[in-house]
Amino acid sequence: MTTSPIAVAGLGVVRGRVTALDDVSFEVPAGQVVGLLGPSGCGKSTLMRSIVGVQKITSGSVSVLGEPAGSASLRSRIGYVTQAASVYEDLTVAENLRFFAAVLGVSAQRVEECVVLVDLARQRNQLVGRLSGGQRSRVSLAVALLGDPTVLVLDEPTVGLDPVLRRDLWATFHRLADAGATVLVSSHVMDEATRCDRLLVLRDGRLLVDQTPSALLESTGAHDVEAAFLAIVEAAS
Amino acid sequence: MTTEVSARVTLAVARRVLLQLRRDRRTLAMLLVLPCAIIALLRWMFSAQTGSGFQGLAPALLALIPFVVMFLVTSVTTLRERTSGTLERLLAMPLGKADFLFGYALAFGAVAAVQSALAVGVSIWWLGLHVAGPTWLLLVVAVLDAVLGTALGLLVSAFARTEFQAVQFMPALVIPQMLLCGLFIHRDQLPGFLHAISNCLPLSYAVDAMTAVSTRTNPGVGGDLAVVAGFTVAALVLGALTLRRRTA
Repeated sequence: MTTSPIAVAGLGVVRGRVTALDDVSFEVPAGQVVGLLGPSGCGKSTLMRSIVGVQKITSGSVSVLGEPAGSASLRSRIGYVTQAASVYEDLTVAENLRFFAAVLGVSAQRVEECVVLVDLARQRNQLVGRLSGGQRSRVSLAVALLGDPTVLVLDEPTVGLDPVLRRDLWATFHRLADAGATVLVSSHVMDEATRCDRLLVLRDGRLLVDQTPSALLESTGAHDVEAAFLAIVEAAS
Repeated sequence: MTTEVSARVTLAVARRVLLQLRRDRRTLAMLLVLPCAIIALLRWMFSAQTGSGFQGLAPALLALIPFVVMFLVTSVTTLRERTSGTLERLLAMPLGKADFLFGYALAFGAVAAVQSALAVGVSIWWLGLHVAGPTWLLLVVAVLDAVLGTALGLLVSAFARTEFQAVQFMPALVIPQMLLCGLFIHRDQLPGFLHAISNCLPLSYAVDAMTAVSTRTNPGVGGDLAVVAGFTVAALVLGALTLRRRTA
């Protein structure tokens, strides 16, 4: 049994006839913000779904907090934000949060904290359907934060957000990690890589990189992560 | 399959579904007004005729309407829940499948109770429907029919990819039952094979129960109601099997 909060070993996922993930292995230590990078369609979402335990896997193993991914006991300890904001459009921000809080069994106090955490205090009584795309994804993020999860899995949470808010959200991720949480954030924007403690780069379902950002730049001699990515892809083909 | 039921979570689901419905004023108005209007239309149709046409058809309609309406409303709402990702999110949380199903059944059962109370009230006190048995029993049958509709709606939502497909299950599953339930021809006058089929359809028992309550002072509808409840439980269990925590 491993002590890493997230341990993936030889993970393979075949969806239909397409190999979405091929022999992916890595471990993520606690207290880090880990960036999962790669182009659209490279398997990021499938990998995240496998960790959350909602994806049928073909081979290998995924363990979270020492238990097989998807175990019932993990459900209150993992926060998961999908790419599409999975919240009710015909309810207000506060109503959405109060509902999910009741399902998780957390207090009304925590609802208020999470509204503030994602900077939606002014919109708390607005219908989610009337909010902008960025605001909606923040409602979805607030839901994931409700249960004060030990492992937070966020699928492209910063897409389409303005730079100030993006910076603030990354600061929030780091605060959570400093408090001991493990935060896995995916992005297809390579410049977000520098905000991570550690990088996983995925391409065509294979794990290309598992390094810190500075080690990646050093080993490839590139100036930025985008260039490093290109260097690695070219070296591999 | 998670079998434990949490009252807190079940009630939270029911409250949330009702809150969403309250936001949708137009749907709510249609749910409550439409059944009354349809029964009134039926009464009007027979107003120029002598005989007991209205008396014969109204009870069947009172059984049919909550079933059809709740079937449609539930299949579309749950499908939305499946496609928007909120179901996947809920199933990744400590939520029992039974909490989800019972929450829906509770919310729509409550709406059906109000809906049927209005339709029954309008039928008896305004349109002059004569009910030989106890009126409350008429309501119980209507609510059970509605919950059956909800359970079947939950089940078929698993087999539809779009709301368009979900709505198509109405004619596929409901209209044959309507034809064979005794509304058009008494079930015992159907050709033998069709009679046998009608014996296997839940709506037949719902309509039988409704007719019995309206025509007999001491209707023994326990058996009919048990069959309707049995179909409801079966649909809920099958529905629970379609709520997958892990998908391909």
